[in-house]
Amino acid sequence: MSDSAVMASSVRPATAARTRRSFRRPWMLPYLLITPNLLLFSAFSFFPLLYAFYISFHDWSLIGEVTYAGLANYRRLVADTQFWHALLNTAVYAVASVPTTMAGGLLLAVALNRRMPGRVFLRSVYFLPVVVSAVATGIIAAWMFNEHYGVINSLIVRLGGDRIPWLSSPAWALPSLVIATFWVRVGFCMVVYLAALQSIPTLYYEAATMDGASPYRQFWKITLPLLRPATFLLLILNVIHSFQVFDLIYVMTGGGPGFSTTMLVQYIYQSAFMTSEMGYASAIGVVLYVIVLGFTIIQWRVSRQSENVL
Amino acid sequence: MSGVTFEAGARRPGTRRTGNVLIWIAVVLGALAMIFPLYWMFATAIRPRSEVFQPVVSLIPQVLTLENFRNVAQRHPFLTWVMNSTFIAVIAVVITVSANLLCGYVFAKFRFPGRDILFFAILGALMIPIQVILVPEFLVTSWLGLLNSPWGVILPRAAEAFGVFMVRQFMVSIPDELIEAARLDGASEMRIFLRIVLPLSKPIIAVLVIFTFMWRWNDFAWPLVVLTDQELFTLPLGLNLLRGEANPDWGGVMALALISLLPMLLIFLIFQRYLVQGIASTGLK
Repeated sequence: MSDSAVMASSVRPATAARTRRSFRRPWMLPYLLITPNLLLFSAFSFFPLLYAFYISFHDWSLIGEVTYAGLANYRRLVADTQFWHALLNTAVYAVASVPTTMAGGLLLAVALNRRMPGRVFLRSVYFLPVVVSAVATGIIAAWMFNEHYGVINSLIVRLGGDRIPWLSSPAWALPSLVIATFWVRVGFCMVVYLAALQSIPTLYYEAATMDGASPYRQFWKITLPLLRPATFLLLILNVIHSFQVFDLIYVMTGGGPGFSTTMLVQYIYQSAFMTSEMGYASAIGVVLYVIVLGFTIIQWRVSRQSENVL
Repeated sequence: MSGVTFEAGARRPGTRRTGNVLIWIAVVLGALAMIFPLYWMFATAIRPRSEVFQPVVSLIPQVLTLENFRNVAQRHPFLTWVMNSTFIAVIAVVITVSANLLCGYVFAKFRFPGRDILFFAILGALMIPIQVILVPEFLVTSWLGLLNSPWGVILPRAAEAFGVFMVRQFMVSIPDELIEAARLDGASEMRIFLRIVLPLSKPIIAVLVIFTFMWRWNDFAWPLVVLTDQELFTLPLGLNLLRGEANPDWGGVMALALISLLPMLLIFLIFQRYLVQGIASTGLK
């Protein structure tokens, strides 16, 4: 005991009471154990982030010289109609897909929280797409939405309708993406809502039923308010997801037709690896970082309050 | 871990029969719609080319065949892609899970100067989406000579913030007394970690292994940037290659999609409980 106290006091004298835990442990052991993660994180996260800021102030085509450009990349960004178009596309995609997916997840969770035949199996079916990769989702969707041979147009023709140019018209490409996103994300929302629903004490509903409140009223007055933390968590996670979406769109529409479904990440990819403008691509990356960080900070602050609900 | 499973649920007496039946029918119809894309992938993969390209297609394959699988195997090194995907996912699981367990253990059970700063620095930096730092990450990987190598896919994504965070949250609940007692009995730090901490952490290890495997198996954007040689492609890159051809052979594309999905479907069937837990407790996906 005494040698641990001596050792601990040399490390942090003010907290002698807590140092029983570091009993006979070499002081460098914790640092040694986190070294692998620390190295990986320094090389592949921390340094690249700093470096992204650095490159965003330079012009660089990957092969040639790195030349200082000051704020030129950011000035170009503000005047670049394609950047604003990509930002607008991303926002429209988020506004179209986040509420639909969340509403779907909520309805499913409420329905599948009731007793019904095959409930466990039905939950699994809705949850299944969670393990399907975005690439496989995009490819299956591209095939189903195919204008000439796709099964969806085939069904429409059979019902007497006209073929819809799903992926080849700017007007229909985004709805196609939103439908595919719904398929792959709705089970995720359902599970988070189910977890929250199951933590609501049944006592509340029993009391409300005794007071004569209709199930409809119970949903609005008990269920929805108590689901607010889960709703907020999902809102933030889904918005962040929308701003990072790449795989699904890359294989489904490639950002087209034209520029109609090019999102911010797509634009970064194009600027960096198609037109080789590393500085400009990094500047867009920095803007995306600020947006995502903003949402992440909001989520962190709120998730601390909602921890006991999830 | 919060104990959410598909088996548990609030029970309320079902009083309104017809309402319940209508809801049940709606949910079942929705489930059919959800399963249809996967059925359609399967149905396209196992029907002959002549049936695939029909302006009005029948929902049930008339002839069953493996010709799409044979075509893909003849024209593309798809077995190599399967091996590459497996190698990357398995090695990534080993590295990520071991590093995260060590790191999470340290942040849960050690007190040392700089702990909180390091914890938040690691979490904060790892929260950076790879899409944001695509360019500098690519340059670092290039400097390290890891472009066009499976290690260039594995190492940059080996440290996962969620892993560190989840392990820490889990291990905080392991009683200190247990570790202290072992230490008083003269057990080494190594022995304590391997014989006491790890066996108690089996549930969280399962969650980590499943999620890490799924993420790496399904990864697309990062491998797309790192790997250019077709012999090194993973299955998602191969899928993208086939789909990007001038006139995609959709039967072959769906056959490859089916193969890429099989391990995930297997994992889903066996470990669904852990997937639900992971998502319900931390909102990760």
